[in-house]
Amino acid sequence: MIVGPNGAGKSTAMKAVFGMLPLREGRVTLGGRDITALTPQARVAAGMGFVPQTHNIFPSMTVEENLEMGGFLRRDDIRPTIEQVYELFPILRDKRHQAAGELSGGQRQQVAVGRALMTKPQLLMLDEPTAGVSPIVMDELFDRIIEVARTGISILMVEQNARQALEIADTGFVLVQGANRFTDTGAALLADPHVRQSFLGG
Amino acid sequence: MAVLRFTNVAHGDTMAFGTMVTILATWGLQSVGITGGPVPTALLALPVGIAATAALLLATDRMVYRFYRQQRASSAILLIVSIGVMFVMNGLVRFIIGVDDQRFDDGSRFLVSARDFKAWSGLDEGLAIKTTQGITVLTAAVVMIALFWFLNRTRTGKSMRAFADNRDLALLSGIDPERVVAITWILVAALATIAGTLYGLDKSFKPFTYFQLLLPIFAAAIVGGLGSPVGAIVGGFIVAFSEVGLTYAWKKVLAYLLPMGLAPDGLAQLLGTEYKNAVSFLILVLVLLIKPTGLFKGTST
Repeated sequence: MIVGPNGAGKSTAMKAVFGMLPLREGRVTLGGRDITALTPQARVAAGMGFVPQTHNIFPSMTVEENLEMGGFLRRDDIRPTIEQVYELFPILRDKRHQAAGELSGGQRQQVAVGRALMTKPQLLMLDEPTAGVSPIVMDELFDRIIEVARTGISILMVEQNARQALEIADTGFVLVQGANRFTDTGAALLADPHVRQSFLGG
Repeated sequence: MAVLRFTNVAHGDTMAFGTMVTILATWGLQSVGITGGPVPTALLALPVGIAATAALLLATDRMVYRFYRQQRASSAILLIVSIGVMFVMNGLVRFIIGVDDQRFDDGSRFLVSARDFKAWSGLDEGLAIKTTQGITVLTAAVVMIALFWFLNRTRTGKSMRAFADNRDLALLSGIDPERVVAITWILVAALATIAGTLYGLDKSFKPFTYFQLLLPIFAAAIVGGLGSPVGAIVGGFIVAFSEVGLTYAWKKVLAYLLPMGLAPDGLAQLLGTEYKNAVSFLILVLVLLIKPTGLFKGTST
């Protein structure tokens, strides 16, 4: 979980990990394999899934077609994976033949996450999935994301709502002005008086 | 389809090029004694025309459009570029086949001739259906169904729609942009060659006429909504019927519809056929003023 104030470089860090921005120093590894030289597309093939913050669905295509496009790289049968996504997000099964652009904000985010899951990634990266959705929908999205994590997929996520995010995080990174200020378990960060005072409003 | 993200004004001349190659291939087939029997030989020559046009378009893309795509040039710049491409294609066609009228239809002229129809139905007026008209309607229907099937049901077609919808996300999903662009050009080649050949069979082939088709093509696309395949079809019918409706000599129709003695003396033609293009232009202006997005909102550039 990456949290931090506005302009701290959360999304930038995410883009750097995914290869959309060049690294000045350091390496990116995935499951022990050095992927620093790979393009974003190649990283998807290597097992990374990425959900951008905006423009993360194909609006004029149906929900099911969105999922199919998520699995475009795969040559094997993607039907079982589509079924798994529908089990994770039951609402998408009901709306499978509807254009994704016609869905509500929370449902669109579910389509976006579902699309990224279609490559069966080891690591799923979410850039502020709850941006612009209502608090109730946000709670539901968090629940779904926890469920995704339970299926064995690691999740790296940028989140504005620091308190809620840290509550569910195994590891939290608090970025300030482009640098990693605190790293600890979510619970420890929540208990840390410095973090509380500076970023969580006491 | 907004796959290429620009308005290509070279469509008319792409049609002309495809038709020209088809005509040359038709003459080739006829000279070795192969004909299509009752159907025009040109239909047999179509694959040659499509292949040559596809090769030309892919070469043009490699030499011209790819550069601008890599620059992420705006669609306005690409539009201007396509005007240049249009002039080159236009010159190429005139250079190879000349500017004159070419007739290349053979096979039987009529499916239903006026005299046969009168004899069969006992009516006073005849009904004539030219073979080329029948073939045009049939081919248009088949091509349309095939196109929609391709775009909505196949993996490649869906990837093209995804690319048109959200280019960055398509890249993230592993869709190869160069492949999508190449397939789009091949589709353009096939559709333009088929359309041009059918048009040429029904009328005749003259490079300048094809250049002039640009205006009704655009009027149709804009009436229907840019980037919407269904809109293009509906827009095509609207433009075509408006053109014919306003330039048709209604004299005979009115003579039958109106009470005896009220039949007009003149042709009852609202506009001379020379003004056909003005009708397209008028529709274009009206739609842009009243409903610029067209009837069906597509993913416009």
